[in-house]
Amino acid sequence: MMRGRLREGALLFPGISWLFVFFAAPLAIIFVVSLGQRDAYGGAVLDKGLSFANYLRALEPSFLPTVANSLKYATATTLLAIGISYPIAYWISRHGGRRKGLLLILVMLPFWTSWVIRTYAWMIILRDNGVLNGVLQATGITHDPLILLNTDFAVVLGMTYGFLPFSILPLYVSIDRVDVSVVAAARDLYSSPGQAFRHVTLPLTMPGVIAASLLTFIPAIGDFVTPDILGGAQTTTIAKVIQSLFLSARDWPFGAALGFLLILATVIGTVSTLRILRAEVIG
Amino acid sequence: MRKGRNIPLTVYALGVYLFLFTPIVVLVLFSFNDSPRNFMWRGFTLEWYPVLFKDARVLGALWISIQVAAIAVAGSTVLGTLLGLGLARLRGGFGGGIADTLILLPMVTPEVVMGISLLLFFALLFDAHGSILQIAISHIAFSISYVTIVVRARAVSLDPRIVEAARDLGSSPLSAFWHVTLPLLMPAVGAGAMIAFALSFDDLIITSFQAGPGSSTLPLYIYSRIRFGVTPEINAISTIIVSVTAVIILVAWRIGAVKPAKPQPTI
Repeated sequence: MMRGRLREGALLFPGISWLFVFFAAPLAIIFVVSLGQRDAYGGAVLDKGLSFANYLRALEPSFLPTVANSLKYATATTLLAIGISYPIAYWISRHGGRRKGLLLILVMLPFWTSWVIRTYAWMIILRDNGVLNGVLQATGITHDPLILLNTDFAVVLGMTYGFLPFSILPLYVSIDRVDVSVVAAARDLYSSPGQAFRHVTLPLTMPGVIAASLLTFIPAIGDFVTPDILGGAQTTTIAKVIQSLFLSARDWPFGAALGFLLILATVIGTVSTLRILRAEVIG
Repeated sequence: MRKGRNIPLTVYALGVYLFLFTPIVVLVLFSFNDSPRNFMWRGFTLEWYPVLFKDARVLGALWISIQVAAIAVAGSTVLGTLLGLGLARLRGGFGGGIADTLILLPMVTPEVVMGISLLLFFALLFDAHGSILQIAISHIAFSISYVTIVVRARAVSLDPRIVEAARDLGSSPLSAFWHVTLPLLMPAVGAGAMIAFALSFDDLIITSFQAGPGSSTLPLYIYSRIRFGVTPEINAISTIIVSVTAVIILVAWRIGAVKPAKPQPTI
């Protein structure tokens, strides 16, 4: 038995070491750098004393709108993505028949094209003289072009589109796993289709809903590309501020502090969501 | 349970597919647009395709993306396969629990945080400021988890008696792994490698912090061009990429390579 354990250890060792060196250690470095001070070139100085000054800056009221913006985009995207994905996942699972495989592949296909190109495609569609306004005006639905690009609407639409497979797939897996005879039993016991869905299917697929929410919310909160391309220059989010602190404005310690707060919030959010989920499934 | 069709739901589903494919269709159409700007339709042309094949910067960025993806796929597939197999054999336990958490963490870490953490790691410890290798190492760090999960799912369903039979028949542990375990795991390893390729080839956020002069990947190059206006050339290269991936995926699906793993026959 001991030798068996040893052999599994040998299988695990290379991958685990890689994750320790190139994932865990860099995260630890973020924390150390966040305690330092900015040097003349925007890099980090650690020998002038360590402090939590950068964290206090993140809590200043002037930074609040940025945090609110990020939460607004990520929350709206998550709700919209779940709202769109649940029915389509349900339809594929229950009505897909023999074509389930093809229908799933068609859902995934757009996501094998470059994400930045797909986001750019929405720019072509949404701009003032773009495809959508062209169609709306040609059909006489609107007279003047609607301003769609560089709005909150455009950012949420772009993010929802970009992260849709992350919500459709876990929902499909979880809906497909529900034993249809349980739903049939509820119907036999005189519940309406709506009641059967609310009291049987939905609770049984809650793990899928939670997984889909996490897998949408987390990429949305860390995305600076969509707010940049579809939201315009004036839209600020935490991720956009972090990006500029590292690549243009150059203040690594403050950027590191924001990054550390972001991952702290994500980990706490994920762990507590999973706790609630486990409590509901078991209890 | 299938009680025929649900018309409103089917119409809704068609609407979602329309939503999914509209940007792709627009992108492809505009690659044939006779205008240097992606605003208005001015007529059909094929001129952007020859322009694309002469553009050294686009082709250079594509070549860098391919090199990065090759290293990233090789690295994450090997490491992830070993991890997936090891975890499947371990089946929980204290060490397994820690390893599980370590594998899930990269999947729930916002990409921007992973990007800056690796930038700081390379800059402060190695004074490295962007290279193809640095990008590839970062890609391996976030792709391992996906390969591991796919491979573990299949490894768990393998009947351990098959390997025992090979050992009883006198094969060494290494040759049992090479001739029995690995071929049985191959569909999952292939699927994991495909996911790793897609993740690496498409990544922009983590890559943007690891690229230096001369190591701009295709998504990064396109992103930098968007600010100054993209010509239909970019649509043309996207059209080629979409077509190639669509053909590969549909063929793989047709011949049955992409299918949910079936339980292994037991002896």
